[in-house]
Amino acid sequence: MRLSPDEMIFWQQGFLKLNGTIVFTWGLMFVLAVGSKLITRNLSTELKRSRWQNLLEIVVTGIEKQIEDVGLRHPKKYIGFLGTLFLFVALASLCTVIPGYEPPTGSLSTTAALALCVLVAVPFFGIEEQGLGGYLKSYAEPTIIMLPFNIISELSRTLALAVRLFGNMMSGTMILAILLTITPFIFPIAMSALGLLTGMVQAYIFSILAAVYIAAATRGRKARPEPMQDIQA
Amino acid sequence: MDNMTLIAIASIITAGLTIALGSIGPALGEGRAVATALSSLAQQPDAATTITRTLFVGLAMIESIAIYCFVVSMILIFANPFWNHVIAQAPGK
Repeated sequence: MRLSPDEMIFWQQGFLKLNGTIVFTWGLMFVLAVGSKLITRNLSTELKRSRWQNLLEIVVTGIEKQIEDVGLRHPKKYIGFLGTLFLFVALASLCTVIPGYEPPTGSLSTTAALALCVLVAVPFFGIEEQGLGGYLKSYAEPTIIMLPFNIISELSRTLALAVRLFGNMMSGTMILAILLTITPFIFPIAMSALGLLTGMVQAYIFSILAAVYIAAATRGRKARPEPMQDIQA
Repeated sequence: MDNMTLIAIASIITAGLTIALGSIGPALGEGRAVATALSSLAQQPDAATTITRTLFVGLAMIESIAIYCFVVSMILIFANPFWNHVIAQAPGK
C-alpha cells in the first residue's frame, strides 16, 4: 500500500527521481498558470463578457472578501500569496475525480513546503507593515517571559499546518483504498464525495489560518484605536 | 518470543490504542462545539456567516488532533522505523 504519491516513480536516473508528487504539482501549476493566462488575455469591461471571465471574477472577489473578513484591510496586497495557496490546495483535491491522479498535497514534502512559505511570509508582511523593531517587539508581548513561548508557537503552528493538510489528504486516499478491499462498489463513491468536501474545507482552512497569522503579525499599535473612532462617529 | 514478534505486537496494539483513545477527546470537543454553534445559530440567525466560518476553522483545529493520532498510527503500521531497523538487521531474510 502506498502512503503518498512520493513512491509513485515515473522516471529515474541516478539520484534524479521524477515521482508522482513532482509530476502532479507541475501539472496543477501548468493548468493554473496557462488557464488564467488564457482567460485574462482578452478581458472586457462591457456588459457582455465571457463565461470564463465571470468565473475568475467570482473566485477573485470571493477570496478578496474572505481575506477582508479576517481583518486584513488591504486584501489586494495579500491575495497574491493567500489566493495562490487556496487555489493550489483546492485544485489539488478537486482533481481527485480524475482517475489515476493522486493529490500532491497527500505528500508531507508538499505540505511542509506550503507551511514553510507561510512561516516565511508572516514575518515578511509583519516587518513590512510595522518595521523590524515593531515586529520583533510583538514577540515580547505581553511580557518578556512569553518570548520563548511565542517562538515555540510560531514553529509548532507551522508543523500543525503541514501535518493537518497531509493527514487529511492522506486519510482520504487511505480510507478509499481500505474500503475498496472491503465493500467494493457503493461506499468508495460516497467516501470520495466526502473527500471532495474535506479537500475544499481543508483548502479554505489552510488559507484562512495563513490569513489569520498574517493579520496577527501585521496588527500594530496603529490599528488599535480604530474602533474608538467608529464609536465617536 | 524474539525481537521481531515483540515489535510487531507492540506496534499493532499501540496503533489501535492511539487511534481509539486519541479520537475520544476530539469527538467530545467537536460535539460540544457543534452543539454550541447550533444553539447560537438558533438565537442569532443574522450572524450565521461569522458563526459558520469560526465553527469551520475551530472544527479543523480540533479535528487536527485526531488527525495527528491517525498519522502516528499509520506510521506505526505502514512505515514503522523500528520494524524496518530489525528487518535490516536480520540476516538472510
